[in-house]
Amino acid sequence: MSTPLLKVDGLTVETKTETGTHRIVDGVSFELQKGEILGLVGESGSGKTMACRALLRLLPSSRLSIPKGSVRLDGKEVMDLPEDQFRAIRGKRIGMIFQNPASHLDPVMRIGDQIAESVRFHHGGSKRAAEERTIELLQQVGIPDPKERSRAFPHEFSGGMRQRAMIALALACDPDILIADEPTTALDVTVQAQILRLLKELRDARGLSIIFITHDLGVVAQLCDSICVLYGGRVCEHGPKERLLAAPRHPYTAGLMGCQPAIGATGERLRTIPGYPPTVDAMPTGCRFHPRCSNEVAECSRRQPPLEAYEPDHVAACYNPVGEAAALPAKESA
Amino acid sequence: MSQAPPLIETDDVVLHFPVSGGGALGLTRRAVKALNGVSLSVRPGETIGLVGESGSGKSTLGRALLGLETVTGGHIVFDRAAVTGGKRQELSKIRRETAMVFQDPLNALNPRLTAGEAIAEVLRVHKKVPKDKITDRVAELLQMVGLDPALSARRPQALSGGQCQRVGIARALAVEPKLIVADECVAALDVSIQGQIINLFLDLKEKMNLTLIFIAHDLAIVRRLCDRVAVMYLGRIVEEGPTEAVFSAPRHPYTAALIESIPEIDPTVSLPDAPMQGEPPSPLNLPSGCSFHPRCPYAEPQCSRDPPPTLRRRDDHGWACILDPGQLPRPQTATRLQNA
Repeated sequence: MSTPLLKVDGLTVETKTETGTHRIVDGVSFELQKGEILGLVGESGSGKTMACRALLRLLPSSRLSIPKGSVRLDGKEVMDLPEDQFRAIRGKRIGMIFQNPASHLDPVMRIGDQIAESVRFHHGGSKRAAEERTIELLQQVGIPDPKERSRAFPHEFSGGMRQRAMIALALACDPDILIADEPTTALDVTVQAQILRLLKELRDARGLSIIFITHDLGVVAQLCDSICVLYGGRVCEHGPKERLLAAPRHPYTAGLMGCQPAIGATGERLRTIPGYPPTVDAMPTGCRFHPRCSNEVAECSRRQPPLEAYEPDHVAACYNPVGEAAALPAKESA
Repeated sequence: MSQAPPLIETDDVVLHFPVSGGGALGLTRRAVKALNGVSLSVRPGETIGLVGESGSGKSTLGRALLGLETVTGGHIVFDRAAVTGGKRQELSKIRRETAMVFQDPLNALNPRLTAGEAIAEVLRVHKKVPKDKITDRVAELLQMVGLDPALSARRPQALSGGQCQRVGIARALAVEPKLIVADECVAALDVSIQGQIINLFLDLKEKMNLTLIFIAHDLAIVRRLCDRVAVMYLGRIVEEGPTEAVFSAPRHPYTAALIESIPEIDPTVSLPDAPMQGEPPSPLNLPSGCSFHPRCPYAEPQCSRDPPPTLRRRDDHGWACILDPGQLPRPQTATRLQNA
């Protein structure tokens, strides 16, 4: 296999609070190939956003630190680059879009000027050239009358248009990777369908690789090539979409699929996961999912299960995976 | 189907919010046209889903139903009491017999009251139980929504989002309401918790014969929970009927487009190649005729010219469109479920 475009290995993020140091991202590893769309799936507190912010070194607070982890871009380690060199990667090689574009666009600057600024910061060139490039970008993301609309301010755009502008801004430097943090969660379903289609077209047209952060398995099923499921800051399952959705190994993945209201008849109860996701200061020992898990065995609360491969590219971290007879005796039956 | 008289009924309800600052000197009077003639009736024991995109007026309708907004025109009658008249006695009946569950569970609770106090407050104000029975009743209500009564001493910050929402539901149940309006009450919750709350509503519906108006943008949840569904677009109901009928064979192109846009977890069912274009126009400036016509793939010249179509009805299923039943393609999901 060729060198992956991005290889994240053992990425860890710690937070310092009054109650001590807690790991909110604990040894997350994944790979991203060129042109691949990877879905990072998890509930709140699963560390999906933090992991991506950490690999861009955009941690929102000074209390957060990255004690270890490696991020390789084209096989080259970038984690130990000094900040001034890292700035050539952030934005230029890896772009990012967010859930709420309104809070990531400058409200008093015209959309076109914001994009042109980014073009000139990373590529230089004349003002005129940057303006032309801006209009081209706005056209690519499907904004009608790009020349007119580039003169608009963010508040004159609708939610879907702002997200399109945000994508144009991220594409301004022609990045290889786009990190999309819940970009469609705040949008109406009809507009969400438009944005998902746009992202797919961008991948097909320019070989863009995308890390798509979401809690919505439906979106992942439609958009992504592979899925990485996070729980309590750790990867619990990772594999190609078709395999993972057809035969999930980790009970959490299976549980998430059972929660989908779309599958089943009116009035039928949903199969839910009991309990609540853990909080950072009270992470369970061993496998962090074990208090909510229906497949729990004695080993689960003692040791953290390692990621095991079921197919060369389908891994899960579980002592008693779904779809197999329990290898270890169940806890209750003893 | 029960033929009981409706518990709540609206007749041609119009609600416009005046806004300032239109025109050259800010002199033109403008209004956000949130509701433009909504007629809906809900029978006791029924769960009805109000769905639509943002700006469709679904939340405004929910608030108007409980007398929390003053309507510009039309009537709302709750159990023979006029919500719209604004008479003190009638409003107090509505306050005693209805309750609302909100989207953001943390903000809907008073941060300085513990969960138990928040519920006890409702019991006290409405004089639902004698003073010495309040503690017992609080514990009972907490159990009813699946919470350990030991949590009653906690303040909202010490509870998770799902737990807060359960407290919010317990507060609503404390009123022993005839009608609950739940406004996007699971939208802010994690997927695994969403399922728990939906199941809780399904249980409560069975046990207590609740009448529930469930406002949501998530069609899959509405399909699971509700007996009937009303689809709103720019302040009008464009389609209304039994949930399964609406979802398996929608009769309004907007409903059809909404259903097609839901991302399915089955990778073999793909999103439409040509998703519906555009976004809902501003309710400040409604399109002429049928307000959906600028986005409608089936629009005819008459759609922009004639007044908006009224709800046509056939077998309990109403739709406001010139198209006849069967003229729209059935959604992929419906065909798939049939083949399964």
